[in-house]
Amino acid sequence: MTTTTLAVLVPLLPFLGAAAGLLLGRSAPGFVRPLAVLPTLAALVLAAVVAARQGGGPALDAVTELTPTGSVPVELALHIDGFAALVAVLVGTVAACVQIYSTGYLRDDPRYASYAALVSLFTSAMFLVVYSGDLMVLLVGWEVMGICSYFLVGHYWETPEARAASLKAFLVTKLGDVPFLIGLLALATETGSFRITRILAAVADGSLGHPTVIALLLLAGVAGKSAQFPLHTWLPDAMAGPTPVSALIHAATMVAAGVYFVARLLPLFEASRAAMVVLAVMAAVTMVGSALAALAQDDIKRVLAYSTIGQLGYMTGALATGDRGAAVFHLLAHGAFKALLFLAAGVVIHAAGTNSLAAMSRMRGLRDRVPDAYWTMTVALLALAAIPPFSGFFSKESVLGAAEHVATGHTEHAPGAAGWTVLVAGLIAAVLTAAYATRLWLLAFRGRGAEAPDHGRQPVVMNAVLWVLAIPSLALGGLAFRLLPDWFDGHDLTPTLATSVLGTGVALVGGIVTYAAWRHTSALAVRTPLGAVAAHPEGDAALVESEAIATHRPAYGDLASAPDPSDPGRLLLGPVHRHAAAGFHLDAVYTTLFVRPVRAGASLVRFLDREVVDTYVRAAGGLPRLLGAAVRRAQTGNVQTYVSALLAGTVVLAVAAVLVATGA
Amino acid sequence: MHLAYPAVLSALLFCTGLYGVLARRNAILVLMSVELMLNAVNLNLVAFDVWLSRAAEETLHSGQALTLFTIAIAAAEIGIGLAIVLAVHRNRGTADIDKLRDTAEGHEPDGPDSDTSDSDTPATGTAAEKAEATA
Amino acid sequence: MTPAATVGHLTASAYPTTTAAGSHGFLSPTGVEIAFLLVGLVTFGAAVITVTTRQLVHAALWLVVALGGLAVEYLLLTAEFIAWVQVLIYVGAVVVLILFGLMLTRAPIGRSPDADSGNRWAALTVAVASAAALVWVVVDAFRTTWIDLDGPAAGSTAVTGASLFQNWVLPFEALSVLLLAALVGAIVLSRKVKAARAGEAPRAGTRAAGAPESPSRAARTSESPSRAARTSESGASRSASSHPGDSRTDGAR
Repeated sequence: MTTTTLAVLVPLLPFLGAAAGLLLGRSAPGFVRPLAVLPTLAALVLAAVVAARQGGGPALDAVTELTPTGSVPVELALHIDGFAALVAVLVGTVAACVQIYSTGYLRDDPRYASYAALVSLFTSAMFLVVYSGDLMVLLVGWEVMGICSYFLVGHYWETPEARAASLKAFLVTKLGDVPFLIGLLALATETGSFRITRILAAVADGSLGHPTVIALLLLAGVAGKSAQFPLHTWLPDAMAGPTPVSALIHAATMVAAGVYFVARLLPLFEASRAAMVVLAVMAAVTMVGSALAALAQDDIKRVLAYSTIGQLGYMTGALATGDRGAAVFHLLAHGAFKALLFLAAGVVIHAAGTNSLAAMSRMRGLRDRVPDAYWTMTVALLALAAIPPFSGFFSKESVLGAAEHVATGHTEHAPGAAGWTVLVAGLIAAVLTAAYATRLWLLAFRGRGAEAPDHGRQPVVMNAVLWVLAIPSLALGGLAFRLLPDWFDGHDLTPTLATSVLGTGVALVGGIVTYAAWRHTSALAVRTPLGAVAAHPEGDAALVESEAIATHRPAYGDLASAPDPSDPGRLLLGPVHRHAAAGFHLDAVYTTLFVRPVRAGASLVRFLDREVVDTYVRAAGGLPRLLGAAVRRAQTGNVQTYVSALLAGTVVLAVAAVLVATGA
Repeated sequence: MHLAYPAVLSALLFCTGLYGVLARRNAILVLMSVELMLNAVNLNLVAFDVWLSRAAEETLHSGQALTLFTIAIAAAEIGIGLAIVLAVHRNRGTADIDKLRDTAEGHEPDGPDSDTSDSDTPATGTAAEKAEATA
Repeated sequence: MTPAATVGHLTASAYPTTTAAGSHGFLSPTGVEIAFLLVGLVTFGAAVITVTTRQLVHAALWLVVALGGLAVEYLLLTAEFIAWVQVLIYVGAVVVLILFGLMLTRAPIGRSPDADSGNRWAALTVAVASAAALVWVVVDAFRTTWIDLDGPAAGSTAVTGASLFQNWVLPFEALSVLLLAALVGAIVLSRKVKAARAGEAPRAGTRAAGAPESPSRAARTSESPSRAARTSESGASRSASSHPGDSRTDGAR
């Protein structure tokens, strides 16, 4: 088979698996698990083969136009360069891991069939986005991912949190997608094609009329999809979905789609210096704000969600400095270790029976209950905090290196201001990242108090997946930073000495300060008992998680934070903690700015509909009714009346006929 | 003789009968008015036949023949009509036309808003009551 | 083109002889015309009284006058046979029938205040309007047409008989069948139905004996619900006058 055929099969196989899973889900439950896992695994293998054949060489392009579609042709196009090949391998790896993990995690879930089919469909859509060489086809995958995300976030739709979160995720991403679509159409109008290669050629010619407008419109969609400020608010709430979904969609793949999209069209964005500055500012605000918020969260998954937003901020920062190699490098490394973090967090939540860090910090010996999760999570957190020699260190250093490169004026790709912004924000975020990683680890695994409840052994598939993902978290960076430039643009990704020392130093500072704060506050933990535990020794992990999510607000008074005085984050953040826990009140701002006016408008429309429009409708019904009543009165049953009317009409008609006939 | 004389007389008689049909209450008076209308037509037929029998070559005397037929049919009509009126009078106790209103829409007294979706049964019931009242 | 012009054109082409009547004026009537006019006035007056009088029997008698006046008009138009037939059938038979009808329906002797229905003004309007229209059209159309009454009678018995039995035999025979059917129908309709309902005699007896209404009605309902639904309303009114139920009268009603 040619490479093109293999590449076509990569998105097709999970799609067929999803269709078959949906069709057979009820009639043949035995086939659901193989149908979920095998196509995804096959797609992973094929993606690896495609990557091996492509081998970082020149981009592979294949085009077929099924039917003419008007002025701007929509073509089924493949555009596989080094970025696409490697990101596809990452997507395949994470998706396969998540599917395998889900067979254990949602072991007894009644809706597993549709869940697995949707995950497969999502995987297929992501492959489509990655491989597509045509922006319209890319948009198809982009939107399919959006709707799958909606369904999967709402998997526990019995809980109001999940329902609200799924709606929020859908609406916020769609809010970004509208300008995104307009931007795509404007781009296609200006360049006459949806093909990425032609668009990039047009950009290189300088024939693009309004690069700034188009780039900003596209950035809105990217911000929605990749959860960048100010459209990031859906992502922490989306943690109401099952943990594997969080791992797949909200950590490794879908949120990376925005970054990947910018990476593909980076020359277009480079054509507009304003767009690059906006991108840099967006990245900086996202990085610092999300890191502060992560330090204040109580739900372990919300910590990870804010961390995801921050790491995506690093990627957009790298893009703002014009180095897409660094961005995609960080995307790959982050995809691996963040998926691992989420999956391990799922194991921890199951074992602890709660998703609250405050409750976990009052349990002794949790790490002994879940040794696999403990060790793999430690690795992943070290990678997250960018401690050498874990993969996160190398990828993050490449980002910081690129920023420093721009800031010191060594390149013309990006404005120097963008470089400085990204560099400073990246260093601040590095401190905070290390701080919240340390806090998470200390609270989850160094708890003091009662013995952790024994919820039985974790399923083998779940633990095995953790170790599989631990390998790239541990080793990807160190092995890859020499090889990757061949696949990417050729920029050197080797860490520079200055940023390495600086980055590692601030990370260590953050970790040590947090440890000191924890030593100071952990004594308080014993004095304030806190926590609620959902215990279902027989049930699967998904049941425990959904109950933990549903009970967080009643038990702790808030979805995001807990009134825990022993939290080191509270000490570190001081007065900022309250605001950080609420995501800096962005949701409240949105409520004031958008939700309330929309609701007021809706009630106005309702009033108009009920009182004004309905009046006409009622009148339209009442008038014939009155007329009918009047006509009914004429039906007296008196034959003489009828005959009188009949003859009167006859006379009138006869006279009229005579008049007409005589021409009077 | 001017043809206008019998024609105008015929028209006047016809309209007189028409008024009687429309205005009289007793069914037998209505039948009498119908007879007037028929006779008006007969007069017309005879007058035109006489005119045409002089003016045209061959007329078959259709006017007079039709008049005879009309008279015969009128006799049959009055016989049947009277029989019907008698039967109605026997059943209803009245021969007044404007009391025979069973075909009226919603002729129960509670007005037009009484629901039309009622089945036939209550309507028949009220009709029976009405008939009882008129008896 | 007025109707008169139309007819005039028609007569001018088809019957050239009668257009000579244009010399006859309305202001110099012949004796026949004067007689016709006078009798016509009487006839019309009798007809008007017939439809307006409040005494029902008087109405029938005025009808005799009107019909008799018409017979005279027929004679003046030289239609002798029709005139005698008119006297025989209408004045003789029909009016007698009507008088019997009035009697059998217990029509009040003397003035009855409700001889006219409430429809009276509408009826008057319609009648006057149609009269105006008809008279206008007829006068406009035939004001110059002249009937030549000289010569052999146009409606003598010989002429009428020859025409009837030469050209109109088939309709004549068909009419006899119609008369037979009317005869049978009239008998069936007006017959007292006690004999026809011999099979239902016991029930009729209970009804006549003034037994309570509901049991017999229930018995009917159990026998044939569809007919019971139709006959119940008439049965209710009939019970007082001890007429047994007759479904045919329902149909006639």
